[in-house]
Amino acid sequence: MINKFRDSVDEVLADIPDGATIMIGGFGLAGQPIDLINGLLRRKLSGLTIVNNNAGNADEGLALLVKSGAVRKVICSFPRQVDSWHFDAKYHAGEIELELVPQGNLAERIRAAGAGIGAFFTPSGYGTTLADGKETRHIDGRDYVLEYPITADYALIKAHKADRWGNLLYRKTSRNFGPIMAMAATTTIVQVPYLVELGDLDPENVVTPGIFVDRVVQVASTNPKEHS
Amino acid sequence: MSIGHRHPEKLTRAQMAERVASDVPAGAVVNLGIGIPTQVSNYLNPEHEIILHTENGMLGMGPEAHGDDIDTDLLNAGKIAVTESPGCSYFHHADSFAIMRGGHLDIAVLGAFQVSQNGDLANWHTGEPGAIPAVGGAMDLAVGAKDVFVIMELMTKAGTSKLVRELSYPVTGLGCVTRVYTELAIFDLDRTGNVRVTETYGDVSVADLCDMTHLDLIDATQ
Repeated sequence: MINKFRDSVDEVLADIPDGATIMIGGFGLAGQPIDLINGLLRRKLSGLTIVNNNAGNADEGLALLVKSGAVRKVICSFPRQVDSWHFDAKYHAGEIELELVPQGNLAERIRAAGAGIGAFFTPSGYGTTLADGKETRHIDGRDYVLEYPITADYALIKAHKADRWGNLLYRKTSRNFGPIMAMAATTTIVQVPYLVELGDLDPENVVTPGIFVDRVVQVASTNPKEHS
Repeated sequence: MSIGHRHPEKLTRAQMAERVASDVPAGAVVNLGIGIPTQVSNYLNPEHEIILHTENGMLGMGPEAHGDDIDTDLLNAGKIAVTESPGCSYFHHADSFAIMRGGHLDIAVLGAFQVSQNGDLANWHTGEPGAIPAVGGAMDLAVGAKDVFVIMELMTKAGTSKLVRELSYPVTGLGCVTRVYTELAIFDLDRTGNVRVTETYGDVSVADLCDMTHLDLIDATQ
């Protein structure tokens, strides 16, 4: 019997080693796997590379992971925000590396990793400092930059419902990076508030097929609008 | 449309947003950037069924959510809680940026530090030493949308034009801006460097605008 359900947050994160590359889903609060991030913080790891849209906000989640010194490098599109003080301090102290990627290139590089694409030419970023040193090509009247996939050892994402095969449904804009990170990482770990019986998800509406998911842990939602 | 071809006063920011809204065709798919561009949605006619795109994965975004309607799973690109419009849809981030890059987005309305006469856009980074760079979706929007409309004040606080011959700020996208809406005039751009003034507001003349911008502007106000 295939059963990807696991009993606890600590159990699903137990084998993540120092130096791992970890994708973390979410855009703002939507889709942020906050309990998995807090679990990662408890592991007291070091040398992590984190792939996320941002670099942590306020005094919670990813921001605390950055503050703790566990993170060696962040790959993201938008680190600087009004409440990104923990990242800002590490950056100015030279204690964290930043790879800044235009958001669409970030998404497509993650998608490419999961789809087995070796590299791709994109118009985004051409002629800017973010394309400095990168290969370019003129194709059919337009200029492009060569970008490579972003792979990861682990992806931590949040979905709305899961069955024991790992089939996932998301809710509203919390889908964001979840489906592509699930495909890109070697091991994908999902927190969901609702577990359902195999066969209860409408197969027409499954967004992430279970093949891209390795471990599922149930955590209650903090969003009062998120009902089953 | 309350803003005439030759509005007697220079436009307020709200009027600039209203003026942009009047140029958005019915049924267009539009992405509104953060700041004044967001205000454009206040002036769109609901009967025109203009579809708002937000890069974090939604078409058919409705107005900002308030009170009990706030749902932290339903945010816009500025991470503000929003609502659904009938007919809306959700999709993941790679599809969302394929909508831009793939040429499916009709118009992006963005703010800017500078726009050059051939449509180069600078809006992501001041280039200040020590500043932490952050780009978000700015570069993808700039090169992806079929039309990029910029809303900005024409002059900086220091009195220099933000419409320039060549950018001095870091580039966001090359040759991408097609129209610039300012408090004093509307400028239509093409990739060849021709800049046509199509409307002026207040008592400013095209000759005045040439002096202010140090550009050879084409008078297309008639």
